[in-house]
Amino acid sequence: MSNIISQIEARYIRADVPRFQPGDLVRVHVKIKEGDKERVQIFEGNIIRIAGSQARETFTVRKISHGVGVERVFPVHSPRIEKIEVVSFGKVRRAKLHYLRELRGKAARIKTKRSRNGRI
Amino acid sequence: MAIKNKGLIGRKIGMTQVFMADGRVHPVTVVDVTPNVVVQKKSKQGKDGYTALKLGYQDVHKHEKEGTEPRWRINRPRLGVFMKAGIETPKVHLREFRLKDDAELDGIEVGQTLAASDLFNAGQFADVTGTSKGRGFTGVMKRHNFAGAKSSHGAHEYFRHGGSIGSSAWPSRVFPGIRMAGQHGNAQVTVQSLHIVEVDAERNLMLIKGAVPGPNGGIVYIRRSMKKRNATKAL
Repeated sequence: MSNIISQIEARYIRADVPRFQPGDLVRVHVKIKEGDKERVQIFEGNIIRIAGSQARETFTVRKISHGVGVERVFPVHSPRIEKIEVVSFGKVRRAKLHYLRELRGKAARIKTKRSRNGRI
Repeated sequence: MAIKNKGLIGRKIGMTQVFMADGRVHPVTVVDVTPNVVVQKKSKQGKDGYTALKLGYQDVHKHEKEGTEPRWRINRPRLGVFMKAGIETPKVHLREFRLKDDAELDGIEVGQTLAASDLFNAGQFADVTGTSKGRGFTGVMKRHNFAGAKSSHGAHEYFRHGGSIGSSAWPSRVFPGIRMAGQHGNAQVTVQSLHIVEVDAERNLMLIKGAVPGPNGGIVYIRRSMKKRNATKAL
């Protein structure tokens, strides 16, 4: 990637983004605008995909809502995200967990890891 | 400076995106616009008979080797253009930008530089001309977005063809202009009314919303928009 592009993107990169990986259970605090009021909504689910790099990086969170699978793609460095909480680390063997879409119920669970690289 | 129609020469660096405060994301192309130097002024009254500015972009490489005179990597006739203008460093790329009338030449001197911030402001619109990526000799599906043929129902060696190119006994010829396979890309392309998102005077960069013709590193010409000449809009 061009150095100039990196410089331009540097101003959008947020320092407060925690480290997460595909398979992790996260709570994304999203700012929602309702009329002239702003409130925070939490979207909790598993990260099934991380794509892109630098300021263009995005991650996809999948959850089951009322029996229906719901996925949302967030830009990692979006100013609309208040914070991202990593609830638990997932034990997965792939970078893209699209296979979860085919699975239901117990089969769609992800095993959790106690720690990752010494972090709890 | 009453600069209205002038353009600048730049180099496409690549694409990225910018965030708005409300979370919206806009795709932008980054164009390097190192200040262009005015090489020549052409006026209607002069021998040229029309009004234009000739601009130069990017310094020519200076070849320096011990024991030899330093030389510009440029041929003699080209070098003469710059010597005549009294410009010390010759430029690789030259381009004329037509102006409306001689009055627009006022206040511009040969040898001076024009930066992106002299001509453009964020919010204005621009037309960008470049040479599109060459795709070589391509078929009609890629070149003209033909649908191709059915790949089942007994099709045999006829998948990406264009179909009929006309009738038979009459007219006994193919009409001119029928779209067929051929060279695709590597042609001059202009994209009109692109929104200027940002003009970075410090680094001589312009962020232009959307895509710009050509590969990264390609030369592009940026002019004030024809259609949205006086319009400005915030993102």
